[in-house]
Amino acid sequence: MNGLEAFLVTVIPAATPLLLAAVGELVVERAGVLNLGVEGMMATGAVCAFVVAHISGNPWLGVLAGALAGALISTPFAALTQKLAANQVATGLALALFGLGVAGLIGEAYVGQPGVRLPALNIPVLSALPFLGPVLFSHDVLVYASFVFTALVSWFLFRTRAGLMLRAVGVNHDAAHALGHPVVRIRVFAILFGGALAGLAGAHLSLAYTPQWVENMTAGRGWIALALVVFATWRPWRVLAGAYLFGTVWILGLHLQAAGIGLPSQLLSALPYLATVVALVIISRNRVLTLTNTPASLGKPFVPER
Amino acid sequence: MIVLEKRAEPSRLWAFLAPVVAIAAAGLTGAVLFALLGRDPLLAMWTYFIEPLTSAWSLEELAVKATPLALIGAGLALAYRANVWNIGAEGQLVMGAIAGSAIPILLPEWNDPLALFVMLALGLAGGAAWAAIPAFLKVRFNVNEILSSLMLVYVAQLFLDWLVRGPWRDPMGFNFPKSVSFTDWHVLPAISGRVHLGALLALLAVAGLWLLLRRARMGFALKVMGSAPRAGLFGGFSMAQACWISFLISGALAGLAGICEVSGSIGQLQPSISPGYGFTAIIVAFLGRLSPVGALFAALLLALTYLGGEAAQLALGLSAKVTQAFQGMLLFFVLAADVLVHYRLRLQRREAKS
Amino acid sequence: MSINRRETLKLAAAAGLAAGTGLGLSSRVFAAEPLKVGFIYVGPVGDHGWSYQHDQGRQAIEKALGDKVKTSYLEKIPEGADAERALERLVRSGHKLIFATSFGYMDTVLKVARRHPDVFFEHATGYKRAKNVSTYSSRFYEGRYIIGRIAGKMSKKGLAGYIASFPIPEVIRGINSFLLGARSVNPDFRIKVIWVNTWYDPGKESDAAKVLISQGADIITQHTDSAAPMQVAEEKGVYAFGQASDMIKFGPHAQLTAIIDNWAPYYISRAKAVLEGTWKSTDTWGGLAAGMVKMAPYTNMPDDVKKMAMETEEAIRSGKLHPFHGPIRDQQGKLRVKEGEVLSDKDLLGMNWYVEGVDDKLPK
Repeated sequence: MNGLEAFLVTVIPAATPLLLAAVGELVVERAGVLNLGVEGMMATGAVCAFVVAHISGNPWLGVLAGALAGALISTPFAALTQKLAANQVATGLALALFGLGVAGLIGEAYVGQPGVRLPALNIPVLSALPFLGPVLFSHDVLVYASFVFTALVSWFLFRTRAGLMLRAVGVNHDAAHALGHPVVRIRVFAILFGGALAGLAGAHLSLAYTPQWVENMTAGRGWIALALVVFATWRPWRVLAGAYLFGTVWILGLHLQAAGIGLPSQLLSALPYLATVVALVIISRNRVLTLTNTPASLGKPFVPER
Repeated sequence: MIVLEKRAEPSRLWAFLAPVVAIAAAGLTGAVLFALLGRDPLLAMWTYFIEPLTSAWSLEELAVKATPLALIGAGLALAYRANVWNIGAEGQLVMGAIAGSAIPILLPEWNDPLALFVMLALGLAGGAAWAAIPAFLKVRFNVNEILSSLMLVYVAQLFLDWLVRGPWRDPMGFNFPKSVSFTDWHVLPAISGRVHLGALLALLAVAGLWLLLRRARMGFALKVMGSAPRAGLFGGFSMAQACWISFLISGALAGLAGICEVSGSIGQLQPSISPGYGFTAIIVAFLGRLSPVGALFAALLLALTYLGGEAAQLALGLSAKVTQAFQGMLLFFVLAADVLVHYRLRLQRREAKS
Repeated sequence: MSINRRETLKLAAAAGLAAGTGLGLSSRVFAAEPLKVGFIYVGPVGDHGWSYQHDQGRQAIEKALGDKVKTSYLEKIPEGADAERALERLVRSGHKLIFATSFGYMDTVLKVARRHPDVFFEHATGYKRAKNVSTYSSRFYEGRYIIGRIAGKMSKKGLAGYIASFPIPEVIRGINSFLLGARSVNPDFRIKVIWVNTWYDPGKESDAAKVLISQGADIITQHTDSAAPMQVAEEKGVYAFGQASDMIKFGPHAQLTAIIDNWAPYYISRAKAVLEGTWKSTDTWGGLAAGMVKMAPYTNMPDDVKKMAMETEEAIRSGKLHPFHGPIRDQQGKLRVKEGEVLSDKDLLGMNWYVEGVDDKLPK
């Protein structure tokens, strides 16, 4: 295995949970809802995926459970923000706390148990290719799912009527309501979808990336996913680019250390965050591009006037 | 079906009643939950909500825990009113703590009352300076401040980590990661028990911000910029001004909270100085309905849930996970009840299509 | 509802005795109140690493001393203002023996201990003591020397990957001891170090393991808490050493052995000392001999390596072998320990230099 190949093989699993969660959150935010509870939903998805896979011995059931659990734990958020017009920022933060607590509770009996690994899909012929095989065609199903979801979401948002409707709701909910779009229903579906994808991201952590459960294993990845959505100016393919940029700088820091370059490790650990800010400065200088993509109703509660 | 009907004016009655209703509802749900876990529900509720209020010691501890939350929360309330989304208060807290600690670490010999003042001033300045970065990036390059301020949290924490493991390490400390212990001149004086001067500063900050938003032209402008930017522009204020003012004030207060925490409670610099006060304060700001005075009460409520959670861990053997989940649930109820302040709930039959 | 049941039993016993003797003796006289032993953990009990192992020790006290003790813990207590409140709370709720299980609690423990001279405190990995404050720690470096020797024999390339948490003396000592052990059997042995700046983040630890393997390491060792690096080793077909607990379940073909934190003997002996009234402020630094460091079974290695490992373990336990015996040179080639001497505990405690051959720079 040569250096570049090894490097890429490490970047992909590191970027996958970020990408999955961020793509889900992107849909939520495009519908005009800011759900800051990603960390909690991801943790809940991780623990439920782990437990179900552990009990049933079937990692696929685990994946399903992760997605369902993520969607389920987002329902209080959906109810509060959509039915009761509660403040989204605060409710989202409460969801993060709640989800981490619930996840810890569920997982209490499973700490220190080895998990069921989600098998790598070795695609015949393709995975035998030199270089491309190991880099592109020998990953677990959630890695491919993350790409598929990115493409699907991009297609849905910009090529379908329903996607147009969702974006319209995000840009101006009063106008969308006036046009007869079911604002609340669309938003609730978006929130559940976002929860499911955060749950899948968690499932990737506890079934593929590191098949085990320990408390707080999400280790802040939910927050990074949130940041990536803004970073990507709410465009799916840019989320993918962002997740991979972040993953690359992250792994690069480790490689540089192992190669013994002698910089403080704290500086190397800080690199991904600094790189994000620098990249953002470059992107944001184009004001038009940022403004046209920002969902104008983001975070504002919607109550139909009657 | 229940529908919401916007009140013409926020209800003053419900502004007070809502939190009470919420706590009662959370208490009821919690009681059921704890009963299911095999614990005495009444004892659990008493331990969680009342016991921390029954001794002078835990009232003091409540003030200690609420101090940084109130300081930061009040500042964030101001920023969020102006639609400026500073979520990097945790980083600003760390930088304030670092800046203020420069005195006891680099000039340990400077032992007179002025040193403490300078420390506090440096704390304010450090927090404000770190907050100035996202403000500058926003105003100059239109960089989204949510993201830049959040990323800078991690950078600040790693910078602190590097300092206490490297240049600012206590030379007599067997190479463990901590700075020298501050001398008495560099420690915030206590008011009562562990309650230090920081609590008073928090009260002053809350009062100051309240006055600013109430009376001063600048405060009015900030509110206007948040709710109706166009009107603000006509009034001669710019988004850039609002952004700078919001970030500098909220950052400075977070920095002050940082140096108060280090100098008042910890007494030295160490790799981690805050259990996420800067993030919890975001909840505080919103629970307090974006008013500085509200933030003060919200800070006390959150502090109570931490203390109650610990008491429950000991008295009932409930793990920290249970109390964390319960804390999240309590917040759900408080936020749900808040809807009653601005809306009337009306029961309505599903009507035929009009 | 174990508390209530115990209360009821006690009442019943008191009533029975009072009836039997016809005297209304207070229950204290015969059924002494159980000793309340409190713990504060810096992490969640569910970290399966540092805090988890301390909690295993807590449970061992209950198992060993039964009704004579009652233990409780507060988890996820940040080092700082919260730690002081947590300790004070334990004191106020009647705990007479309190274990503070993270270095960062040091000054807080001393502060609280000064206020409560009648309560005994035990602080893990610190160096400040008082009349009612003891310190204790484990000589994990003894285990690291053994795994170093095993690595020296088992690594085909003579290159180990080392996942390190934070550059504190404890971790630096471990790196040095590991390399000294490895070089005692393979003088050209090298290690690559990655500092992950966290005690536990399974994702980052597993990334670090992958990076180290891709850079040529065929043996992985870690000074972080999670079993993720072990899983990576298992997947990639290289060897690894467990940390804090036996991780064989995570790497049935990869784990050679593991260095186990075993706090139980110390915790039980300290609780007993309080019960017997013999508790004194002490400084305990126990290793293999004290049973505070344990090695998991030696697996996945040929018999001669296993034999060498067991002999090394025995030699260290009996005191015949000290991992830091001279001659030891540091990175700059300066002689730090002379032939025939061993490094003093004081120098070990504050170690901030690398032995010759470590391919890494320490932050200054």
